[in-house]
Amino acid sequence: MSTLLNPKAAEPEAAAHHVGKVRSHPSQNEGLIFEHSLPGKRGMELPPLDVPAVDPVATLGAEFTRASVEGFPEVSEIEVIRHFTRLSTWNYAIDLGMYPLGSCTMKYNPRVNEFVARLEGLATEHPSQPAELSQGCLRILYDLQKCLLSITGMDAVTLQPAAGAQGELTGLLMIRAYLESMGNARRKVLIPDSAHGTNPASVVIAGYEVQNIKSNDRGQIDTDHLREFVTDDVAALMITNPSTIGIFEERIAEIAAILHERGALLYMDGANMNALAGVTRPGDFGVDVMHLNLHKTFSTPHGGGGPGAGPVMIKKILEPFLPTPVIVQKQDGSYALDSNRPQSVGRVRAFAGNFGVLLRALAYTLAYGPGIRQATEDAVLNANYIRKNLEKYFDLPYDLPSMHEVVFSDARQKAKGVNTMDIAKRLIDYGFHPYTTAFPLIVPGAMMIEPTESESREECDLFIDAMRSIAAEVDSNPEIVKTAPHSTRVGRLDETAAARKPVLRWKPA
Amino acid sequence: MRYLPKSPAERQEMLAAIGAKSIDELFKSIPEKFRLRDPLALPGPLSESEIIQYFKARADENARGYTSFLGAGVYSHLRSVVADAIIQRGEFLTSYTPYQAEFAQGTLTAIFEFQTLMCQLTGQEVANASMYDGSTALTEAVLMAERLTDRDYVLVARSVHPEYRQVLHTYAKNLGLKVEEIGFTPSGQIDRAALTPEKLSRAAAIVVQSPNFFGVLEDLPALAQAAHASGALLVDTITEAVSLGIVRPPAEADIVAMEGQALGIPPSYGGPYVGVIATREKFVRQMPGRLAGETKDAEGNRGFVLTLATREQHIRREKATSNICTNEALYALAATIHLCLIGKEGIREQALQNLAKARFAQTELEKIPGVRRTFSGRTFNEFTVEFPRSVKLINHELLKEKIVGPYSLGMYYPQLTKNAVVCVTETTSRAEIERFAAAVRKILEKPL
Amino acid sequence: MYPADYRYTKQHEWVKVDGEVGIVGITHYAQQELGDVVFVDMPKPGTKIKLGTSFGTVESVKAVSEIFSPVSGEILETNGLLSDAPEKINADPHVTAWLIKVKLDDPKEAASLMDAVAYQSYVEAAAKDH
Repeated sequence: MSTLLNPKAAEPEAAAHHVGKVRSHPSQNEGLIFEHSLPGKRGMELPPLDVPAVDPVATLGAEFTRASVEGFPEVSEIEVIRHFTRLSTWNYAIDLGMYPLGSCTMKYNPRVNEFVARLEGLATEHPSQPAELSQGCLRILYDLQKCLLSITGMDAVTLQPAAGAQGELTGLLMIRAYLESMGNARRKVLIPDSAHGTNPASVVIAGYEVQNIKSNDRGQIDTDHLREFVTDDVAALMITNPSTIGIFEERIAEIAAILHERGALLYMDGANMNALAGVTRPGDFGVDVMHLNLHKTFSTPHGGGGPGAGPVMIKKILEPFLPTPVIVQKQDGSYALDSNRPQSVGRVRAFAGNFGVLLRALAYTLAYGPGIRQATEDAVLNANYIRKNLEKYFDLPYDLPSMHEVVFSDARQKAKGVNTMDIAKRLIDYGFHPYTTAFPLIVPGAMMIEPTESESREECDLFIDAMRSIAAEVDSNPEIVKTAPHSTRVGRLDETAAARKPVLRWKPA
Repeated sequence: MRYLPKSPAERQEMLAAIGAKSIDELFKSIPEKFRLRDPLALPGPLSESEIIQYFKARADENARGYTSFLGAGVYSHLRSVVADAIIQRGEFLTSYTPYQAEFAQGTLTAIFEFQTLMCQLTGQEVANASMYDGSTALTEAVLMAERLTDRDYVLVARSVHPEYRQVLHTYAKNLGLKVEEIGFTPSGQIDRAALTPEKLSRAAAIVVQSPNFFGVLEDLPALAQAAHASGALLVDTITEAVSLGIVRPPAEADIVAMEGQALGIPPSYGGPYVGVIATREKFVRQMPGRLAGETKDAEGNRGFVLTLATREQHIRREKATSNICTNEALYALAATIHLCLIGKEGIREQALQNLAKARFAQTELEKIPGVRRTFSGRTFNEFTVEFPRSVKLINHELLKEKIVGPYSLGMYYPQLTKNAVVCVTETTSRAEIERFAAAVRKILEKPL
Repeated sequence: MYPADYRYTKQHEWVKVDGEVGIVGITHYAQQELGDVVFVDMPKPGTKIKLGTSFGTVESVKAVSEIFSPVSGEILETNGLLSDAPEKINADPHVTAWLIKVKLDDPKEAASLMDAVAYQSYVEAAAKDH
């Protein structure tokens, strides 16, 4: 309902919501699309119907017919463009600057990837059309598979999972199927306390019990005591390498050996692959199953929360258990989808996978070729450069070599009553997205920073300057940090009220 | 390399600042024997134009200039270039999950609008910010029903998309969830007689799809009543969201699991799409996935935040409602933009066009001797047809006419060989429908 | 601060024994650690609980805390106020925002828990560890 036509709009109390202080820039007052809606406006027209029209009640029956979609917006094309363009100005983005979010790998999303994903003949293909009409799509998937296997040093792969979490689940399902085929599925999966929350959540869905194991004082797997934990009941250990504090597990070969001795498997969460691609291969250091996050290491856009893709790479022993369909190349060189796999764990989603995302990942890999190592080196260089320049200002809980990310803690600033979240919010005023706060759980007051290789030296220096400036503010003017951000459209939002009385949709007044 | 903003000199300076002699020093924590000496065997590097060349070559190897009558969970519908123009803006494309709300009000506002539109479309009270797709949304909806009723047994219609049922089975078998499949009647709807009170009293839910895989609409109010009378829930899945432009929304269902691909998202050989779960407000704490909620800042300005996060994996870990983290946010945005453009009148008009075109196609096909409608139930834009000959044969011949024929049911429904599901949307011209019918007639006239 | 006639657990729950009935809640320290409470999840009346096992959760925006039972018995009643006003746990955790009333298997069981003085010291020591 447009406030312009509503005579009561002059009285703020009568309006459907309180917009707050008037801001000078018009885009800051943009309401919801529903608030622009008026009967009779349209944003899209359809070509005329070229067959006889039908009466819905006669065709569907009155009991199945709907009068209209109540409350649906009625706006013009320009209003849609303006509305969403204005909304976009309230967002931060990689295109604008650094997102130093640890373990998210917020790297540049190449635009050629967007172009090729939209090509007629790729964006238009129906997944159920005959394989003979889909050879181009199947070859893209097959070529990507080969690239991912080269990079990870593994033997076989599934591209089906829609995200890392689903990849974890798929990997665990294959582990279960394999162990079942050996006579005993076992009961437990070991998870370090530094793990990402999706790890234990996925374990439970796979029908296993989570056993949390404490990291040692170096934030790594307690290899000395690992043998005690790996009983005959343990199916696997889920490890992130480098760990979620950005440190490589040097004793990884030993860890793998301990597990293999007991017939258990090593799962690697590949979220931090950006530190390894082209430099080392998980398949070489004992990993049996791993997933990759294509929306991290492989540059597919994060899009505000997806889509992603979480392909799973495995060693040969697990190949019979791959989800169906499996993409194969036949004798005559053509490609096909093979569903004749009696030991398969089944399907984890309809159709072949997030093809559009997979396609973008292939485009990224082709752009680099063997030169992908340079990206990894630059990522690690940037993280260490930032670490060196900030270690006098912020507490470093683990004095071990960082790879592609560095984890500080707010221990020094806590003394002045300022915590990691405050510092993160103040970073916004300097034009940067916050780093990852409060994760991993093993570092209280964590500040996890991953610049990625996409940051120039200039950007890194700007970030360092901002962080140093905030450290100084903590000493001289802590209030400005504690009440940050000051420069955004809205201040800190009341999350408590949002959770106590959730309002999860717009309703007409 | 064009994606790396460093000059060789800068790399040297940065190494010096760190106090490292070479980049290899920064990798010394990786045991020597695992460090690669040689570059990986990978194709490339390719320049931008070469990348485009590669993918254009792949596009040429696919179906070009074919008319398709396939639906089966993925639908060819009109979409505006406006949605693409907006989602390609860097502020949407390259932004992160909106955990830092002050810096992501664009994403959060759009999610709130998406949630609202999904509620309006489905007639439910609350909807989440997206799931991976319809198949996993359905699985998660079933798990949700299980949690809500504390029952580990579900009754699933065989007329639910076969691939969706396969996904459910993959998840269910490790969770001790018993899935019983229920057949269908000559109407094409679920066999209500098989839904006995005894079964329902043990079931967490009746799970149906409407319109179902055969294109037939289910009687949701009756199913809901039967379920509720025995303490079970009704879970409805929708693969063709455009149907909701004219078909009565599933307000009686307790949980709706929908695939949003039909709302302006290209078929793209299977994904990415966008799933959504919509349900009653009282069930919201058992919902998986992200939720955006309205709130205020200290000055009373309206804003949006991710809320009820304690359901999710990053807080609840092994006790979370789901392991989902990354979902399909950009495509939820695309669907939101599409629905804003097509609007209240447009979606109804689009649905009516689908209904009309499908009716026209059905009439044309039923004129062919030996071809008959399989089921008596009401349909939207898909309908099942029985042919006097093998569908495989017919479809093979149709390909020669550059027509991708209907979805053959024989593979998943052994009692329905010679039956196929025809899908007609607003994008199929009358001329093409007539050409398709003529081609089928000709194929059937040929002696065996 | 901590009522003298209550008993306290190491996980910061309290119980007030009133004949055969025990009233259970979480302490001031617990609500302070949690922050603003947004939701309380408790089982239905009739549910049997045992000393030391978790019977529900209290949620803030960013955390979920399990509530461990200080007694064994059967839940008679849960506090209806908390579904609409969970913030009462922050405001008055010891009286208005009791969580459950339990029919005690053994009214003497609670005597083995910490008394108010012991709990006060326990809490002070815990606060120092921060």
